[in-house]
Amino acid sequence: MSTLANKIAFVTGASKGIGASIAKHLAQAGATVIVNYATSKAGADKTVADITAAGGTAVAIQGDFSKPEEITRVYAEIKETYGRLDVLVNNAAVYAFGALEDVTPEEFYRQFNLNVLGLLLATKEAVALFGPDGGSVINIGSGVTRITPAQSSIYTATKGAVDAITGVLARELGARNIRVNSLNPGIVETEGTQSAGFIGSEFEKGLVAQTPLGRVGQPQDIASVAVFLASDDSGWLTGEHLIVGGGLR
Amino acid sequence: MGKLTGKVAVVTGASKGIGAAIAKAYGAEGASVVVNYASSKAGADAVVAAITAAGGTAVAVGGDVSQAAEARGIIDAAIANYGRLDILVNNSGVYEFSPIESLTEEQFHRQFNINVLGLLLTTQAAVAHLEAGGSIINVGSLVSRITPAESAIYTGTKGAVDAITGVLSRELGPKGIRVNALNPGIVETEGTRTAGIVGSDFEKGAVSQTPLGRIGQPNDIATIAVFLGSDASGWLTGEQLVASGGMR
Repeated sequence: MSTLANKIAFVTGASKGIGASIAKHLAQAGATVIVNYATSKAGADKTVADITAAGGTAVAIQGDFSKPEEITRVYAEIKETYGRLDVLVNNAAVYAFGALEDVTPEEFYRQFNLNVLGLLLATKEAVALFGPDGGSVINIGSGVTRITPAQSSIYTATKGAVDAITGVLARELGARNIRVNSLNPGIVETEGTQSAGFIGSEFEKGLVAQTPLGRVGQPQDIASVAVFLASDDSGWLTGEHLIVGGGLR
Repeated sequence: MGKLTGKVAVVTGASKGIGAAIAKAYGAEGASVVVNYASSKAGADAVVAAITAAGGTAVAVGGDVSQAAEARGIIDAAIANYGRLDILVNNSGVYEFSPIESLTEEQFHRQFNINVLGLLLTTQAAVAHLEAGGSIINVGSLVSRITPAESAIYTGTKGAVDAITGVLSRELGPKGIRVNALNPGIVETEGTRTAGIVGSDFEKGAVSQTPLGRIGQPNDIATIAVFLGSDASGWLTGEQLVASGGMR
């Protein structure tokens, strides 16, 4: 039997990059996967098509998780279609780096409203759909909370909040057998990091030089860890922050 | 196909408790397993018998990890029996709690020799055979995070294990060898039963501080050890996984 057979998993921000890879790997392990996207219907449709072509089950649902009313609507749809949930992957996030001098309230709210408030509200709604056997919440944080790179104050702050929330909710939800863990990737080669110019840059070369395993991450490096955290194999892990970055810290 | 099919693993201190559970889980996932023991041949033979009865492959090998020649002998047994080595689980460990007033040099040397020097010696021997994709799993302890009173020596050894995990992850990463620590909280084993921990008020207090509301079982730890030994954790190195049901 597959590791995640009969489980229903919801992945936010799964139209591309790490989220898309996690959705595909969860489906490959036997889960029914709900693929959320905010803007890229084409990307989400491709994720779903890849899953169904491989014999898996998935559906795409639009919803911008920086908007509380859209979160409520998405979960109402999930409840109506599936009636329950077993795994939530809080992956939807935005990032922008900038010096302290460039910090604005608008940029602060743009990142915090999705990366932190969206994660909290998504978890609140998911927990209401978890059954008597509990469930697994996987918060996609970032290696930046350990490294705290210069000129990333807003983004790193959102991910520091995510680490903290992971610990709080692990304690708060443990009695209901709901596990909450953070999966904190280092730099990963995605459409996002490619278009931002990270991949191929001197910045990337510097990071690789500091990475014991000597390369940048690929989305599937992260996705296989997410499958583990979603599965009962990690049933005794909660409140943990897994830094998945080839040893870079 | 198992998660570890085709791999060869050495598990030190595998005659009972967590080590035995890891060895059995590895056997069930398709690895060929060297089941090391220091003194309990009967225990190790029972673990091997359980693995082979389930269709797996294993051999019991005696050896004290704190003696360099014996540590090499344990690793050499993997090569002699199965021709290669992919995973080393440094599980051998001893513990004894004492207040600072009554700890002794003998206690210090016994615990550091097995828990720290032994881990370094088996790792040194293993590195001669591990190739890219190899995985070293150091079984540490939650104590390095919670630093309980009256555990200065034992917690000192496990703090050293955490530190060595980080150092060797950087040192062996360029060879493609991963090094991670798996740090359990209280686990119900022959050892913790004999020590009177299971069933005690201490246990009740620990459970009340554990989000998942129970103490650990050896298999809770073994499934995580399977993950760390498998290619699914190929991008994880230098990590310390606290496997404690959320207690910290």
